[in-house]
Amino acid sequence: MAQGDFIRQLPGAESHFSRRPGLSDVIHIDWPLLVLLLILISSGLFVLYSGSGQSLADVKKQGIHFIVALVLMITVAQIDPAVLRRWAPWVFLLGLIGLVAVLLAGADAKGAQRWLKIPGVGARIQPSEFMKIAVPMMVSWYLADRTLPPSFKHIIGTLIIVAIPAALIVIQPDLGTSILIAASGIFVLVFAGLGLRWILGFCGCVAAFAPIMWLFGMKEYQKQRVLTMLDPEQDPLGAGWNIIQSKTAIGSGGLEGKGWLGGTQSQLDFLPESHTDFIIAVFAEEFGFIGVSVLLLLYAMIIYRGLYIAMKGQDTFSRLLAGSLTMTFFVYVFVNMGMVSGILPVVGVPLPLVSYGGTSVLTLMVSFGILMSIQTHRKMLPR
Amino acid sequence: MASREFKDHYREQRIFVNRTIAAVLVVFMMICVLAARYYYLQVVQHDVFSTLSDRNRMQLQPITPTRGLIYDRNGVLLADNQPTFSLTIVKERVSDMEETLTSLSDLIEITPEDLASFEKRLYQRRRSYESVTLKTRLTEDEIARIAVNRHLLSGVEVEAELIRYYPQGEDFAHMLGYVGRISEQELKNVDPANYSGTQYYGKLGVEGHYEELLHGKAGFQTVETDVRGRVLRVLEKVAPAPGADISLHIDTELQKVAVQALGERKGAVVAIDPSTGGILALVSTPSFDPNLFVTGIDTASYQALQSSPAIPLFNRALRGQYPPGSTIKPFIGLAGLDTEKVNTGTTVWDPGYYQLKGDDRKYRDWKRQGHGWVDLKAAIAESCDVYFYDLGYRMGVDPMFDYMYRFGFGQLTAYDIDNAREGILPSKEWKRGMKGLPWFPGDSINMSIGQGFMLTTPLQLATGAAVLANRGKWVAPRLIRTINEVEVTDVPSPEDVKVNQEWYWDYIIKAMEEVMHGRHGTARGSARGAEYRMAGKTGTAQVIGIKQGERYDADAIAEEYRDHGLYIGFAPVNNPRIALAVVVENGGGGSSAAAPVARKVFDAYLVGSTQLQAAN
Repeated sequence: MAQGDFIRQLPGAESHFSRRPGLSDVIHIDWPLLVLLLILISSGLFVLYSGSGQSLADVKKQGIHFIVALVLMITVAQIDPAVLRRWAPWVFLLGLIGLVAVLLAGADAKGAQRWLKIPGVGARIQPSEFMKIAVPMMVSWYLADRTLPPSFKHIIGTLIIVAIPAALIVIQPDLGTSILIAASGIFVLVFAGLGLRWILGFCGCVAAFAPIMWLFGMKEYQKQRVLTMLDPEQDPLGAGWNIIQSKTAIGSGGLEGKGWLGGTQSQLDFLPESHTDFIIAVFAEEFGFIGVSVLLLLYAMIIYRGLYIAMKGQDTFSRLLAGSLTMTFFVYVFVNMGMVSGILPVVGVPLPLVSYGGTSVLTLMVSFGILMSIQTHRKMLPR
Repeated sequence: MASREFKDHYREQRIFVNRTIAAVLVVFMMICVLAARYYYLQVVQHDVFSTLSDRNRMQLQPITPTRGLIYDRNGVLLADNQPTFSLTIVKERVSDMEETLTSLSDLIEITPEDLASFEKRLYQRRRSYESVTLKTRLTEDEIARIAVNRHLLSGVEVEAELIRYYPQGEDFAHMLGYVGRISEQELKNVDPANYSGTQYYGKLGVEGHYEELLHGKAGFQTVETDVRGRVLRVLEKVAPAPGADISLHIDTELQKVAVQALGERKGAVVAIDPSTGGILALVSTPSFDPNLFVTGIDTASYQALQSSPAIPLFNRALRGQYPPGSTIKPFIGLAGLDTEKVNTGTTVWDPGYYQLKGDDRKYRDWKRQGHGWVDLKAAIAESCDVYFYDLGYRMGVDPMFDYMYRFGFGQLTAYDIDNAREGILPSKEWKRGMKGLPWFPGDSINMSIGQGFMLTTPLQLATGAAVLANRGKWVAPRLIRTINEVEVTDVPSPEDVKVNQEWYWDYIIKAMEEVMHGRHGTARGSARGAEYRMAGKTGTAQVIGIKQGERYDADAIAEEYRDHGLYIGFAPVNNPRIALAVVVENGGGGSSAAAPVARKVFDAYLVGSTQLQAAN
């Protein structure tokens, strides 16, 4: 796939939509974003085939996840941002109820309560995943009416809005998701113009808070993950195994990689979680540093497009929400690729749109649907 | 209100644009961090991780060499390798060992012995993903039942394996020895690399002595495995060097004849070709089935072997130590001639006993009424004790020790036989050391007829007979004939026995011929009708001391206290082709129990086997 096509297309596509009424007036789709996502998704499926031990069944299932998610994304894209804004408090409230319900009657999965069974339907939903969109929406809604940069009172208000779901998720316990959700709320604040002093102060607080968290807040397995990241050789067959094997997979891929389906680490099952959280190691092993660079470029372009949409946003709510969702997406990419390559502790964060898993795909595609809605409804509003 | 919002809107947008640009920069920087990290791992550290990855997937596996085969002198197979199927388990691939073992025992019979030995080896030093055998020699039915249930039994495999098999069974067990599971202790004595895939080790006999030769050299292959250790393909292979095929001097037919001749009796036969030193037969009865030991003997069978009063596991031919009795008379006689204590004209009056001057004690002759006047030849032929009492007394212990030692008594002379015992060749020093007593003249008297302290093994007696047959020329007894069809020569041997007059040999051998063919020869009954001439000497070893004035009555005493019958000899006299020793435990006298066995063996070797006749 020639990258040049998109680079050439980006500015062109913009003028195309703003000038002529056409398909975009009937269906609200941001074509550059859609094309970038489709490239990522389809190449992701190839990697998944390799990482799942060449299981066509897994690829098919994930393909269905994507089809459902694409339909959902386009559906969401049709909703006017103004409607999303009106819904924001109720969506947030629904999410909170879900989180409380999980704590009261959550179905147990791998020792942590994250899932909620919907009676009758048989499906399970993960309210914490839902919150990844609900929190930025709520914070954007809260700050959109205020004078910006936000005053002290509103900063505190925002922090309270963020803290409630974060706290509910921490006690599930799911520290990783909790921090990511809190970050998505904080991103809104940052885009809203949070003062530099606040940002620095906040970073200082985190730094000061870290030892306290280490001593009192973190569970043994969480501490172990941090220790493992710092020195995986300490327990090479236990906690360190994953990270040693993933680094080995990445490193042995070299510049050009071992070729699709040629990765010995993944094909011979040395690499655990090779189709979910550690799929980037499969990709890096088989496609090498060149492949990783192309993938990073692809992510960069999606993020750039997201930030571009945010910048062009019509109203404060749209801009804050688009900025936050995009940055959250980036954080996922960074945390996943960082943890697999051994510069961040292992937390359960999938590689966006490549790792196997339906929930994460749905959440991400809904947020891209919101971005598309913001982008495509803009010109219809009177200036 | 509206105007204020508009102003705010403008400011907000400006802030937002600034923040977005900052975000783009931050994202760019962090992507650079990621790119740098991946560049570091994939380009800078590529070699390191490449090695790690190869080490992960590639394994060096030993290829066990095929154990060398053992043949007899005529190419009859004595030790074979048989393909069998074994049930093996790879511990690392079993999720629940207890459950797997339970479901396996529902399918096929697994004895507690199988389990015990399996568990023992499971915790021995082993490579990871190395399979451990649970049960050997699976039947086709068992293989089928396991195959049907394979999907339930992860980590369980049916492996083809070559297992040692001894087609001749019991008859050769004491000579060949056997292989068994290699023990932790044995592993310490061998090159661990060469034995890394080896499960069996030669424990005794030829298998034990030639272990290194028979084992061969292990090969190696580099294989690609998955994380579960399953071999996906072979990347590189160094073929093993199979163990050497060896052939022995043993004559299978002769060995079987000797076994049959001994029959149900406890005893031993060792036959040697005097020209080469090659051991033609090495028999100890009763024996045991060596095949039982290969894959591990079950407790009940082992208990039965251990507790049998006939001690079948005891190798009488090499480790049985018997008083040689009269079989040493030819050697003593030769010593007497060579030391000039006697000559052909020396005669002694035998009234039925011997008495030292000034001593009441009577040393009896086996013949109560005595032999009358006897010279040395008659003394050997009729086995006159009194003649040798007199000679022993006059000669003293030192020459007796000296000559007997030169014939191989009291020492180990065999080239390739382990575990043989030295027996006892008494001397003054020995008695002082062992008993703390000086040597008495009575000791010499006892020694002269092979009683008293002296003990010999059948192997030593046969060796002595072979040296006699060779007229003093030594060839160390040995089993090995060829290694990979190349003859083994230059076996180190003790110094030849030299005497002052060559005719001493003739005289002694003539006397031994008289034993067989003479009118009064003690073994004349066993030589009747022979197509060839033989030389021999019978012996009777007392198991219990007979007190002064008592008579030995074989019928009146329990079997285990009956005398041992012994015999040494060789044939044909003029051109000796076979020398042997026979011991029949509790069989009574040498002439009645041992000499007939010897005759059968002589006949089989010299007459019975047309093949051999053709070869000569």
